[in-house]
Amino acid sequence: MEPSDRALVTRARSGDPDAFRALVERHSRVVFRLAYRMTGNRQDAEDVVQEAFLRAYRQLGRFDERAGFGTWLYRISTNCALDTIRARRRRSENQAAAQPDGPDSLAQVPAHDPSPERSAWSAQLRGAVEDAMNELSPTERAAFVLRHFEGMRMEEVGRALQCRPGAAKHSVFRAVQKLRRALEPLVAPVRS
Amino acid sequence: MKHLSQSQLVLHYYGEDAGAGIDAAAHVAGCPLCLESYRAIERVLGVMQALEVPEQAENYEAALWSGIEPRLRPPAPAWLPVWGWRLAAGAVCAALLAIALFTGRVAPNHPPAESAPVADSQAGDRVLRLAVGDYLDRSQMVLLELANTDSARTRQIPWPVTRDRASDLVSESRLYRQTAEHTGDLAVAHVLDDLDRVLLDIAHGPDQLSPRDLDRLQQRLDAQGILFKIRVLSSDMQKQAL
Repeated sequence: MEPSDRALVTRARSGDPDAFRALVERHSRVVFRLAYRMTGNRQDAEDVVQEAFLRAYRQLGRFDERAGFGTWLYRISTNCALDTIRARRRRSENQAAAQPDGPDSLAQVPAHDPSPERSAWSAQLRGAVEDAMNELSPTERAAFVLRHFEGMRMEEVGRALQCRPGAAKHSVFRAVQKLRRALEPLVAPVRS
Repeated sequence: MKHLSQSQLVLHYYGEDAGAGIDAAAHVAGCPLCLESYRAIERVLGVMQALEVPEQAENYEAALWSGIEPRLRPPAPAWLPVWGWRLAAGAVCAALLAIALFTGRVAPNHPPAESAPVADSQAGDRVLRLAVGDYLDRSQMVLLELANTDSARTRQIPWPVTRDRASDLVSESRLYRQTAEHTGDLAVAHVLDDLDRVLLDIAHGPDQLSPRDLDRLQQRLDAQGILFKIRVLSSDMQKQAL
């Protein structure tokens, strides 16, 4: 039987690197999915995953074992992803201000993984979805990803973002509103 | 009939409308307008699945661990020679930066040949980014040593040397920060400002570092995510300098 997260955390705290490695192996793909959806970019997501585990390792001593390790790691990962999105946005704004007529910053364009079998429509749709997501503020994006993709309830979203549930709800609502504005023309049924 | 708000419809979509005092399902079923609005939300949120997450390679966990594992250990004690070399490199970069600033940015009144200002400015930018990248790397080394040392092993840190290094870095940072502010690179200026405050605290730290001091410092580094910010910025600087 595989050891529980709690048992691994206890061993990692006492300096067993293999135990921490087991935690990394167990949770890294889930954290990557979260980070990718929040950042929209593979490289940023990989950086976020690495940073999240490093922060978790450094904070293991303060981890309250009554909470789930996964939930705690999620919170750390969310914060790392938010830091990344905010830093990228500030850079983009600075670059846009410095070069008003220049090309769009690469940082604003999420990575598109080439997939030959993908149809033109789904490529267009995916591009539109990514563009719409990039229009959300960092908090709106984080709240929406946690609610929509990760299936967290609003209260959990609030805890993960360290804000009140009302503020988390508000961020999700604003995100949905913006997504509707951007995507509805694409998905509206054709009326005869 | 009072229609449901967009927020209520979103809560209904996510199944979080219980306790709101309204039977949203019944209302939507009997109200064409709200039903249409609800269907629109369903369609839009339905296509969000198009946001695919790329599959990671089979050896992803192993590759990730190989990036994490070396950083879990305290840095090797043989850093002094490397540090000395890096200090020298930093000084050269700073000198180059000053030259670049004066030729490319600060003295734009001279009308040189037509294409020269662009070339000068680009060279100045590159040197600036290289110098800031190098500065960030050196700052990161100081902070990593503090972040990765167990507070029970505080004695392993050559504290007087660390304080001196922090002090040197503080004097150096002002030039970069002012340049970043001058050129409107506010993201860089913010990170440098955060870093400056941490380094100042280290430079003006107690004569002897106690485990409690180290713990407090580590908590501060964690809370501000400063190491992460430095790494992101440093990586940007290197990419932009290429």
